Parts: sequence; C-alpha cells; structure tokens
Amino acid sequence: MNSLLRRLRAELFATRTDTVLSLALITMLSLGAFGVLRWALTQAQWTVVKVNSTLFAVGRYPVEQQWRLWLLTALLVAASGATWGLLRAHPRPDRTGVLWPRNDRLAVGLLGLIALAVPWALELSLAIASRWWGLAVLLVLCRWLAGRFGPGLSPTGRRLAALVWPLLYLVGMVLISGGLGLVSVSPSEWGGLMLTLLASSFAILLCFPIGVLLALGRRSDLPLLRWGSVLYIEFIRGAPLITLLFLGQNILGFLLPGGLAPDRVWRAAWVLTFFAAAYLAEAVRSGLAAVPRGQLEAARSLGLSYPKALQHVVLPQALRVALPAMVGQFISLLQDTTLLSLIGLLELLGTARTVMANPAFLGRNGEVYLTLAVLFWGCCAALGLGSRALERRLDPHAVPSAT
Amino acid sequence: MSQPSNELMIEARGVEKWYPNGFQALRGASLTVRRGEVVVIMGPSGSGKSTFIRTFNALEDFQKGSITVDGIVLSDDLRNIDAVRREVGMVFQQFNLFPHLSVLDNLTLAPVLVRKRPKAEVEQQAWALLERVGIAEQAGKFPGQLSGGQQQRVAIARALCMEPRILLFDEPTSALDPEMVREVLEVMQNLAADDITMVVVTHEVKFARHVAHRVVLMAEGEVVEEAEPEVFFTNPSHQRTRRFLDQIL
Ligand SMILES: Nc1ncnc2c1ncn2[C@@H]1O[C@H](COP(=O)(O)OP(=O)(O)OP(=O)(O)O)[C@@H](O)[C@H]1O
Ligand SMILES: [Mg+2]
Repeated sequence: MNSLLRRLRAELFATRTDTVLSLALITMLSLGAFGVLRWALTQAQWTVVKVNSTLFAVGRYPVEQQWRLWLLTALLVAASGATWGLLRAHPRPDRTGVLWPRNDRLAVGLLGLIALAVPWALELSLAIASRWWGLAVLLVLCRWLAGRFGPGLSPTGRRLAALVWPLLYLVGMVLISGGLGLVSVSPSEWGGLMLTLLASSFAILLCFPIGVLLALGRRSDLPLLRWGSVLYIEFIRGAPLITLLFLGQNILGFLLPGGLAPDRVWRAAWVLTFFAAAYLAEAVRSGLAAVPRGQLEAARSLGLSYPKALQHVVLPQALRVALPAMVGQFISLLQDTTLLSLIGLLELLGTARTVMANPAFLGRNGEVYLTLAVLFWGCCAALGLGSRALERRLDPHAVPSAT
Repeated sequence: MSQPSNELMIEARGVEKWYPNGFQALRGASLTVRRGEVVVIMGPSGSGKSTFIRTFNALEDFQKGSITVDGIVLSDDLRNIDAVRREVGMVFQQFNLFPHLSVLDNLTLAPVLVRKRPKAEVEQQAWALLERVGIAEQAGKFPGQLSGGQQQRVAIARALCMEPRILLFDEPTSALDPEMVREVLEVMQNLAADDITMVVVTHEVKFARHVAHRVVLMAEGEVVEEAEPEVFFTNPSHQRTRRFLDQIL
C-alpha cells in the first residue's frame, strides 16, 4: 500500500505543474464518470436491454435451435481455455514457465465476476444464468487441464492441438447454418452480436492471407502482378466502404448466375473481406519494408528457395513488425461491421435500431447505445489484449537470456 | 597451411555486370580459385569486390562472361542457381543472422529445410560447430543478445552447417570493434587450415599475409594484380597496386 502511494506520488504529483495537471484531469474524469454512472443508475430504464437481451445476442435465430449456439459457445470457451493453458505450459524455450502469473489470476477473477454479474443484471432466468456459470467453470477447467497435462504433449501433439481452431470454425459454420442433419437456419435469421462476430471473424481470417499476397504482389518483380496489386489496393482504399457494400449487393447478384449468387449476408462478408485485405496489405507492406535486404540474401545464400525464405525468414519478422498495425485494422474492421445495418442486415446496430423503432421503448436510445458501446469496447479490448500478449511472445529481444 | 589441389573450384572469365541503373560495376573481371585455396581480394572502395564475389553464388546476375563454380555453369537456369547456393556459403559484413530465431535455430534452419536432414542430427552437428567457433554456451540465446564478434562467429558456423565446399567472406570484420576483429580472424584462420576453399574480401593485411595463398587487387571492376602474398605486398608488378598499398600500409 505504501509503495503504491509512493508510486502514485512519483508519477502524478512529482512537480507543481504535474500536480495541477493531474488534479485537473482527475476532477474532469471523475465528473464525467460520475455523470454517466448517475444517469445509468438513477435515470436510465434498463428494461429495454433486459427484455431484448436475446435479440441483441443472436437476433431472430429460432428459439428451438438456440441450443446449437450454446453448444458452439461452450466449444469455443473450452478451446480458448485449453489454448490459454497450453500457451502457459509451453512458454518460449528460454523462459521459465509460470503456470499462473498474476495477470492470469486477475483475468480469471474478472471473467468469473462477469459470469456472475451479467445474468444478475439482465435478470436472466435461473436456467440461463446457470449456463453462464457453467461456461465460466468450463473455461477454468480446460485451462487447468491443459496446464496440467499440456507439458506431456509431444511437438506433433501440440501441432495437432492447434488444428482444433480451424476445425472448430467449420463446426461452428455447420452449427449456425445447419446441414449434416441439423435443420438449416437461413442467414436472414442471423443477427445481433452473433452476426457481428461472424462477419468480422470471417473477414479477419480471410483478409489475412489475401492481404499478405497483395503486399507481396506489390513488391514483386513481375510488372503485371505489381500493377495489379497496386491498382486493387488503391481502388479499394479510394472508395468508402458503404459504397462498396451497396455495390456488392447489386453487382454480385448480376455477375453470378442465380443459384450461385451468395446470400446477402455472405455478399456483405466478402465485401468486408476484400475491403480489409487492401488495408491489411499496406500494413504488411510496411512490415516487409522493415526487414533488411540482407535477411533475404542470407536465406537465399543458404540455399533456401524464395518461398521458403519468405515463409521462414522474411514474413515472421515482417508480420511481427506489422502486428500492431494489423490489429488496428482488425479493430476498425470490427467496428465497420456496423455499416451492415445500412444495407438492411440486423447485426448489433441493426438490431438496436429495430428495438428503438419499437414504440414500447420510445426514448430509450441512450441505454441501447451505451450497451452497444460496452459490447464493442469489450470485443476490441479482447483483440488488443490478445495482440499485446502475442507481441510479447514473438519478441526475441524482450526475453531474458538463457544463461 | 594445406596446399591447394589443381581442381578448379571457381572459374570466372571476363565477367561484366551492369546494375539496373546502367552503372557498369564489373568490366571483364577474371579469377580462378583452386580447391583448398584461400584467396584474398583487396581494392579501393567501389572497385566491385562485393559485386564480384556475390556473382559467385548468384546473389548478383551478370551480363557478359562466364562463371563456373564446382563444375556447375552459372546461367539463368534456376536449378543451377539452387545447386550452386547449396555448395557455396557466404558470410556478410552485417552478419545477417535471423533475429527471430535462436542461435541454434539459425544454424539448423537451412540444413533441415534444404538438405532435408533430420533435425536431431543437424542439432548435434550445430553444437559441434558452435563449440568450434567458441560460443556453444550461447546456443539458446537470440542474435540480438550477442556481441558483434559473437554474431559473426555464429554466422560463420551457420554457413558451415550447410557443409559448403566454398566459403565467401565479404568484409567479415569491417563492422566489428577492433577488439572483436581478432576472435573472428582466428576462427577464419582455423578454417583455412582445413580443406575448405575460401574467397575473402578484406582489408586485414596480416590475415592476407599469413593465411592467403594468393592476394588479388581489384580496381574499377577489374582484377588488376594477382600474386602470392609476399610478392603482392613487397614487390607488386602494377603501379595501381603500389598506389593502393601506399594508402593502406
Ligand atoms: N544496387 C546497385 N545499383 C547501382 N550501383 C551499385 C549497386 N550496388 C553497387 N553499386 C555500385 O557498383 C560499384 C561497385 O560496388 P561494390 O559494392 O561491389 O564495391 P566494393 O568494392 O565492394 O566497395 P566497398 O569496399 O565499399 O564495399 C560501386 O560504384 C557502387 O556504387
Ligand atoms: Mg563491398
């Protein structure tokens, strides 16, 4: 406690100017926070969120099929917990593995708190609330199991474990849209947070390889490839996303024969993907530019082919440099999905607008928008935290030496 | 000092090279290197030394003349280029270690990927090589955690791990602080005692005198003088060489 006070004093009140600035900032911040809190606790009427929580979460997904989404969530939570534990159990070879560092204990505590507080705040039924608790227990359990038994895993075993994620993505697609014996649920019934996450994860996953290829194309020796990449990147970056979304809805239908034209949701997801890829390519390009020429030359002089040199020497370094910029792109991509509401898709913002249009909830815009902001903030914070952890893991100079 | 055999390892004849901007860096440079020979290339800055030795492993292309390395004719054929690069190792002025890989992984990357050798076997060899260049205790570190001299010794070990028949050095000690130059030169001198063929661009006169079989002077993209070290430093036959020696001695 004493050291905390001393640190506060050193950081905030070291000189007179510091003190004045700190006091002014603290006053303003607490006034703002106090105002929002007072509004949220006394004036706001949260029934609009409580009543519509399912709508915000999954849109008009058929009630009798929602168990599929719970199952998917449980699978995702289990995989996340296991991955988390495995990463802790297998630190970089030169770092001592602490299974439960302080940050992890804090994170688990926070997640537990969320699992307790959210069902209570939303006044969810006991059946639903217990599912939240179950998810929290599942997460900690999987993390513990992976931390306990992960170290015994062979390198091949670990590589196989990583395959769980792409597999899970396919399973998730089937669970959400149906098929393989499950009743099909058409994309027009998807919505809410689920649609937001689905569209953005789809775009993030696919824009990554496309963006890397575009960045490489832009540096290629082949003029056709180079000019093609430049043209694509500059065209996409020159057009506002909303026009591209409208264009996509209208043109893809014309270009492809009727049966092949993807559904409106998928059309939008593809447009998002191609849009994000152009920006990602620029981030990757700056990463590539940061890798000295000598790296490629050294790799080539050791006999590595060009693709192998890229894969093992140049790209790992370039992507490490580009990582913060790329995550920035992913975060804005996540927020850009709100534009889907303008082409009539009911993702988070679209759902919110239908709720606010309901006369029963007239004038409850503040509550709805605040909820939206918190949800988006949570997703972006998770992305940011993940990327920071990845960055630390990838930085060879940040690790203490072995000897 | 081991004696070179008569087998030709590098045969460059009348090599001419233009850079894309139209500048001619090589104007008919010729050089032959026999197996086991240590050849030192000297010359003023900008005379084309780096360009010349970089053509030996196809890091630079050339427009006229011919180069044969270990019996492989360097041409536009990509298969030939890959084959040559497997036989020729290179050590750079700026070390060019892979900063994202540990020292051990720097050594094992190419043998595993290119020669498709089992990882465990390559690691054993890598340990032995690190021992040989005197830095086995650093195997788990990353390049950024080593001194310049240590990094250059890792770079030499990395090149050796591919078991090349020829090693090219492009000013391996120029980026080092004086006290680290010696440790690198010692490693190179030990190598020279083996059977390996070495072409070394350097300004280290002592190394050239005591280790090289032959010293070569390049100027304006040409090989001007070629002689045994004793002759090269005491009684060169060209005016150009005398002027160069006056500047560096
Ligand atoms: N990529 C390039 N494009 C155009 N000209 C170049 C390029 N690289 C080198 N040159 C020129 O070619 C000439 C020879 O360069 P090179 O690097 O081979 O010289 P060097 O003898 O190794 O010099 P140093 O001792 O400074 O390393 C120089 O005049 C240089 O300016
Ligand atoms: Mg040079």
